[in-house]
Order: sequence, then C-alpha cells, then structure tokens
Amino acid sequence: MTKAARGSLLSIEHLEAAEILGLLKLARRMNPAKPRALLKGKRVVLLFYEPSTRTRSSFEVAAKSMGAMTVLIQSSGSSIEKGESLLDTGYTLRAVGADAIVLRHPNAGAPHLMAAHIDIPVINAGDGMHEHPSQALLDAYTILRHKRAFRGLQVAIVGDIYHSRVARSACHLLSKFGARVTLCGPPDFVPEVAATLAPGIRLTRHLEEAVRGTDVIMLLRVQKERLAGRKIKLDDYIGRYQMTTARLKLARRDAIVMHPGPVIRGLELTGDVADCPQSVIVQEVANGVPVRMAILARAMGKAK
Amino acid sequence: MDPASRIDAPMDVLLRDGHVAEIAPPNKTRGGADEKFDARGLIVAPGFIDLHVHLREPGQSHKETIATGTAAAAAGGFTSVCCMPNTSPVVDSPEWVNWIRQPERGAVVNVFPAAAATHHSKGAVLTDFRRLQEAGAVAVTDDGRPILDEAVMREALRAGAQLNLPVIQHAEDARVTAHCFMNEGPTSFRLGLRGMTVAAEAEVVDRDVQLAQMTGGRLHIAHLSTAEALKPVRRAKRAKVRVTCEITPHHFTLIDENVGDYNTNFKMNPPLRSAFDREAILVALADGTVDAIATDHAPHALHEKQVEFERAPFGVTGLETALGLAITQLHRGHKAPLARIVELFTAGPARVLDLRGRGTLARGSFADVTIFDPKKRWTFDAAKSRSKSRNTPFDGLPLTGKVVATIVAGKIVHRES
Repeated sequence: MTKAARGSLLSIEHLEAAEILGLLKLARRMNPAKPRALLKGKRVVLLFYEPSTRTRSSFEVAAKSMGAMTVLIQSSGSSIEKGESLLDTGYTLRAVGADAIVLRHPNAGAPHLMAAHIDIPVINAGDGMHEHPSQALLDAYTILRHKRAFRGLQVAIVGDIYHSRVARSACHLLSKFGARVTLCGPPDFVPEVAATLAPGIRLTRHLEEAVRGTDVIMLLRVQKERLAGRKIKLDDYIGRYQMTTARLKLARRDAIVMHPGPVIRGLELTGDVADCPQSVIVQEVANGVPVRMAILARAMGKAK
Repeated sequence: MDPASRIDAPMDVLLRDGHVAEIAPPNKTRGGADEKFDARGLIVAPGFIDLHVHLREPGQSHKETIATGTAAAAAGGFTSVCCMPNTSPVVDSPEWVNWIRQPERGAVVNVFPAAAATHHSKGAVLTDFRRLQEAGAVAVTDDGRPILDEAVMREALRAGAQLNLPVIQHAEDARVTAHCFMNEGPTSFRLGLRGMTVAAEAEVVDRDVQLAQMTGGRLHIAHLSTAEALKPVRRAKRAKVRVTCEITPHHFTLIDENVGDYNTNFKMNPPLRSAFDREAILVALADGTVDAIATDHAPHALHEKQVEFERAPFGVTGLETALGLAITQLHRGHKAPLARIVELFTAGPARVLDLRGRGTLARGSFADVTIFDPKKRWTFDAAKSRSKSRNTPFDGLPLTGKVVATIVAGKIVHRES
C-alpha cells in the first residue's frame, strides 16, 4: 500500500471502518453556518485536472469557511499545459507552501503517485474510474440522515457502474458496514466482475428487481457518448433503466433517491423523480460541505 | 550440464580459439590449458541465449545502450541476446542492422538483431527480408506492436519460409486493447483501469498458427502470457507446425494482483495475468510446450516510469534476475529439473533462431559458457544493476541461484566478485 502523509484520503477501500465513522461523526459536528476557524493560516491547494462544479466548490467553501487560504490550479492556464509532470507540479506546490493538496485527476491512481512522493496530505477528489472517496462519505452522511444504520440496508446502484468512481467508492463503503448492494444495468455498464469488488454485492439486469423493496436508490449519470458503439441503444437504455415514478413505487415507501450529479433529466431519471419528495439529490450537495470540512480538518490534524 | 548433448556429469571443458576444443571426464582432456577455471560445485552450462531484449539503440540511449544492456546480459549469464527493432528509428533497413553489429557499439556479448517485419513496423508493407538477413538479422518482427493484417502476416510467414527466417509475433489484438493498461479481471476493475482480455492475445495466436500451417513459415510467439494462447501452440506442435514460443520470468513469477497501488514497475505488455494463467504457464514450461525463457528486458528511465499508471510506458528490466527467478520459482518452487531450466536458456532458444553452434557445449561449438551456483542465496539490488535503468518489479527480492561467470568466445566477460 502507498505510504502517504497522515491525514491523506486516497480511497475508501483502504480506509478502516472506524476511520469512516470518525469522519462522519466529525462532519456532524461541523456547522457550515457557524464554522470554527480550525484551518486558520493553512494553505489548501485545489489541483484540478478535470472539470468539476460540486466537488471543487464544496472543497473550496469548506476550506475557506474554516479560515484556510485556497489556491485553485487547473490544467488550462497552468504549467500543466506546458507539459509539467504531476510530481513536478506537486513539488512546486509544496515549495509554494501548500499544507494539503486536493487532487482531481483523469487517471486512476494519480493521488497515490502524488502521496507516495510528497510529505503533505493528499486528498483524492476523484481519480479516473477508480474512486471518489469524499463523494462516498457525503453519500453515507446523507443516508444516515434518513436511515438508522447501514447494516441490512438495501441499496440499489443503477447505471454505468463500469466507468464510475462514485460507484466503486460507494460499494466499498456500504460493504464495510454490511449493507446489501445490488448493481443494476446492461452488461457493458455492469460487467459480472463488478460483483468481486467487495463482499455483499450482487448484480441484476432488471431494474424492477433491483428496486423492489429497496431502501436507497442511487442513480448514476449515463454519458450519451459512452452508449455510442455499445450493444445497447439510448432508447433501449431509457426504456429499461430510467427511474420513473412508477418504478419508484416498487421501492420501500420511505426509500430515498440519490444521484451524485450532474443529473441528466430524461435519461437516467425523469424530472419528476429528480424533484420528488423522496429525492435527496440537493441535500447530497449541501452535505458535501460539512463532510469536506471534516476531511480537511482531519488532514491538518485538527480533527477536534 | 549440456541438455543438447544429454550431458549432466562432472566434466572438463577445454576452450580454444573461441570454440569448444574438448569436453571430457575430469582430467581426461588431451590438450593443455593456459588458464583454468575451477568450477567444482557449480554448474557449467552452454552460454545462455535471450531471445527478447530491448537494447534501445539507435535513438533511446537515455534508457539503455548496447554497451550497458549487454553488460547487464553478461551479469545475468547471457552470452547472446536477440534485440528487438522497435527503436528510434525502427530497425527496418540493412544499414541499421549493420549499425547495431558494429564493434563501436561496445557489446560485451553476442548481439543478434531482429529486424522489423514491415516498414516502420506499421504493419502494412513488408521489409526486404533477404537483405535484412544478409546484413545479420536472425528474425523479423514488429515487436511492441502486432502484425494484425492477416494478409500481411501470411505474406511475412511465406517470405520467411523461403529464407528459413522466423517471424516473431507480438500477439495482441490492438484493436480491442487500446487504452488498456493491465490484465482484465477483478484487479483491473477494482483499480478502475481498463483491462486487456485474454482473447486479445489468444485469438491472434490462434490465427497465426493457422497461417503458419498454411504457409510452412516459422512462427515464434513472443512473451506468451495466457492459458488460452497455449492451446493453439500445443495443437500446432502436435501437428508438427513450425511454431515456437517463449515465456518471461515476470509472467511465471507474478500475477495481476501484484500491481498493488498502481506500481508502474509492474506494468508491461503483455500484462501480468491471473493466477490461473500463471499456473498454466508453469505447466507448459515443465511439459515442453514452451521453447525458451526470454526476459523481454525493457528498460525505461525513472522519470518515464514515475508518472500516472495509465501514462507510464510498458516494460520492465529482466536480464539480471532471470536465472535467479527460474531457479527460485521453477526449480525450488515447482520441482522442475535444473536440466530443463538450462535447456530453456540454451538449446531451446538456439533452436528457435536456428543459431548453429550455440546453446550447446558440443565439441566445435562456440566457446560461450555460463557458470552458475544453483544454491547461492542472494538479494537483487536494483541500484547495483548494470542496466542504465532500474524499472524492475524484483528490487529487494531474495533469490536462489546466481551467475558466477559468463564466458563469451572464450573470454570471461563477467565474473562474480
């Protein structure tokens, strides 16, 4: 395993269940309306090699509200465009005085590479198809606002699991706490091998089967361009896998509907479902702030 | 120990004028020697031959040179290496084949170049096999890339057949492995990396075996890595089709899970496969399906490998660890006789490339000798490698079996201090 600086957050897979609970408890004590200046004088670099709205803004708000200074580096307009390597970029930011690096990168494992060579905490804000740990934590936080515990909870994750770092992180987290996860989608998006990711995961090709009696429905964005050249056509996909009000009725009455965003209304779900009372999609975004406050506070050793 | 001559006994070997002058029971040689090498307790074998190395010249001397690569070969017990043509520029002309063989390159072991099978290794237009062979090429290949076009591969085998020149295939259906960086399976899924399927290798091998049968050409499968690809090779051998294959030490030692947290020193092509594939490879090494152990020594500079896994170049070094891994894994781990291992390093590869007078210690053959201690325990330290590069997955690994001396044309080119 990668030797990373204390406080780094590289993946959910290698995080102990106790650490996850610690982070969730810490997040509950974070009040974005009345934040404590835990990071006063700290410099947090947001190093984003990919576009992002939610993750970037909520890390930035989280850091700034606790008194940290933030610096945003994006691929365009920086020396990354001139061909500077990831590690050289990391060394440069360290030299400028960064106390932590929040990294979003299109390549799986990029945060591990950075963490293995730099002595400040590295926080994975999404790496390729690998993991998106802060999203899994805010999803867990959101679930626990509505459900008593993870153990025995039925969770259906629907859509393009193969390309999804959100799904991988969610599976690891839910599995660690004994939830029963059902992955649902066509074979191109939900290959058989997905069931090997963690204990307690099963697959189905039928949305009705995945949704029936479930407590949580997690929908994933389907990129139209990824359907190109696949065996399944867009219309077929919508016909078989779109979350509609009728299909939602198969779930438990108190089931919640989640989506990491960006939502494509009319594709993976109807507008009605996105806006229905069971939808917690907007809450997820809001919960991103206290959860990322907790992640940053832990990174800087201020987890009090 | 000379499997080609079925010799496995204490013997004296007399080398004279670059050749084996005599091989006889102890103190029974008729001629005298100016210099003696006391190899009691050690194995004296024909000089090892590596069918598959990347010496990176011309054009990529920051990774390796012919001088440093052959120094690493000598340290690993190899007296002959076959270097691949995927350099910069690609070795697709007699002039470049000739350039590699010049004494100025500073090779300390025999270098047998493989030339490109197609212009610029683009897989479209065949090179002039006859002129390449006359310049010293011992095989043709587009290694690093496959020859995918069926008509081109068929013509290559047909042209090779007329010259008795083997065509080496890098068996990978590159149409389905684009943007894939490791073996397809639970580990690639977990790491979020696109996987190369077993079929992408096996289907090319299967097709090429049929083409070899059709044309009578000599087909050699480089770095075979899957159980599925062994099937057509076995079938071909039973049908007496001229098909040979090689296995690398990393494929008989490691599996895809060893990639760990994106360690780029475990990234090569073909990728590390499943435990199931590794088991099948171990069986094939023992039962004679495999003709040779070849390292696919592929040096890369540190800054090239210290990048995101998906961006790192494929390849690992392997010349200095091959014998230790073979003895540790195959002999000690899986009870393969030492004579079989020696055969895979000597008579087997000599047969693949039809290198006359090499891979044996029979009287009259070249005075290429590898002397090793099969019981010596040691730990590989990449920092002390003779190669210019350090991209090995075996740094710090304890091994059993070490080269004591390497003799090329009667001269000691490496001696363990």
